[in-house]
Amino acid sequence: MDWNFIIQYSGLYKEAAFLTLRIACMGIFGSLILGLICGMIRYYKVPVLSRITGIYIELSRNTPLLIQLFFLYFGLPKIGIILESETCAVAGLVFLGGSYMAEAFRSGMEAVDSVQTESGLSLGLTKKQVWFYILLPQAAAIAIPGIGANVIFLIKETSVFSIVALMDLMHVAKDLIGLYYKTDEALLMLVTAYLVILLPISIIFMFLERRLRFAGSGD
Amino acid sequence: MGNPVLGIKNLKKKFGDHEVLKDISFSVKKGEVVVVLGPSGCGKSTLLRCINALESIQGGEIFLDREKISGNVKNLHKIRQKIGMVFQSYDLFPHMNVLRNVTLAPEKAQHRPKEEVEKEAEELLHRVGLADKKDAYPRQLSGGQKQRAAIVRALCMHPEVMLFDEVTASLDPEMVREVLDVMLEMAKEGRTMVIVTHEMQFAKAVADRIIFMDQGNIIEEGSPKEFFEHPKTERARQFLNVFEFEA
Repeated sequence: MDWNFIIQYSGLYKEAAFLTLRIACMGIFGSLILGLICGMIRYYKVPVLSRITGIYIELSRNTPLLIQLFFLYFGLPKIGIILESETCAVAGLVFLGGSYMAEAFRSGMEAVDSVQTESGLSLGLTKKQVWFYILLPQAAAIAIPGIGANVIFLIKETSVFSIVALMDLMHVAKDLIGLYYKTDEALLMLVTAYLVILLPISIIFMFLERRLRFAGSGD
Repeated sequence: MGNPVLGIKNLKKKFGDHEVLKDISFSVKKGEVVVVLGPSGCGKSTLLRCINALESIQGGEIFLDREKISGNVKNLHKIRQKIGMVFQSYDLFPHMNVLRNVTLAPEKAQHRPKEEVEKEAEELLHRVGLADKKDAYPRQLSGGQKQRAAIVRALCMHPEVMLFDEVTASLDPEMVREVLDVMLEMAKEGRTMVIVTHEMQFAKAVADRIIFMDQGNIIEEGSPKEFFEHPKTERARQFLNVFEFEA
């Protein structure tokens, strides 16, 4: 193991890690919003929109991110839409993550007993108030483990961003291997970088899950 | 007892082809306690749910204070504020403590000041013996305590009519009493109530009027004395015989 090599190039990994994280954050934020909206459309069975959302979810969950990115990066320019690499990456992540988040939110809302909604309505709260004060907090607590798994999954999926010419972690590792044949070192740093990003996130979600579970039903 | 508060006229309710309520008409006067009895599946719970617009109706009209509340009504939530309902299954919000359960709707739906609502909620909780439970979460309460808290939650909205849908049906026998006592107390205070129950002794004690339903129709209507001692119809006699050995 060439430790000098590792020290010499760790700067590149740091930069790539920040890029990966930045895109992942934007993508995850976007997919949470898209997921919440789609999840609600599915839960409330909004006519027409629910059907469209269903098609989107199946399309997005049953195709690999790699192909989705190909489509965005190489396909869209053919009809005159040219997206930058970063925009492509974020859009791809939102497209993929939105469906997973939608299912997490929908199943969370469906797991809340319907008498909760009914008693809220019978108290004279509006539908929006029932959703905000009664349904959402309970559904979110139920959905947290699923959302956590999705977040980690999406961060790991960022490893395909190199195909849209982004200098992400995977790209840096492949470059270093290609240039210097230092396979062991390059891969060790790659794994370490992903662990450094993902472990804290795992722990945060574990903590969140426990807290929300207790908040959901007393101490 | 005063003017009719709640009026139901030719109410019809279908689930698909199945007619659950065929042609229901009755009214409830201010301060009156009406108990709806009947075998399982006769439509009593559905009737309460229709009154509160939790179910759509396929015919007929419902009036509250002479104002029509069925059909295409704007501000459904405003009307529901005048009708309190307690359900069979425990329906307290599990992520809020008892006090918050009670104060949420008065604050958010009626926009009443927090201090005033909290003061009233604490008074009501005290009256049903839950003063020391206001900070507890539903999970920490017994079934009877949950139902008493649910009653307080509905009362705090100052409803004109209270609907009770088999509120003691899923309680341990020992806890049934504490909930029924609260309801008896409310009846004495002159609250307008419509109660669906299977507790015959309680029905006898609390009701001003009994409505007996079977297969989506009102078959018999009268004072508790009339109904329990001299039921007019064969169906009602049959129904009451089932409970006979209890006495």
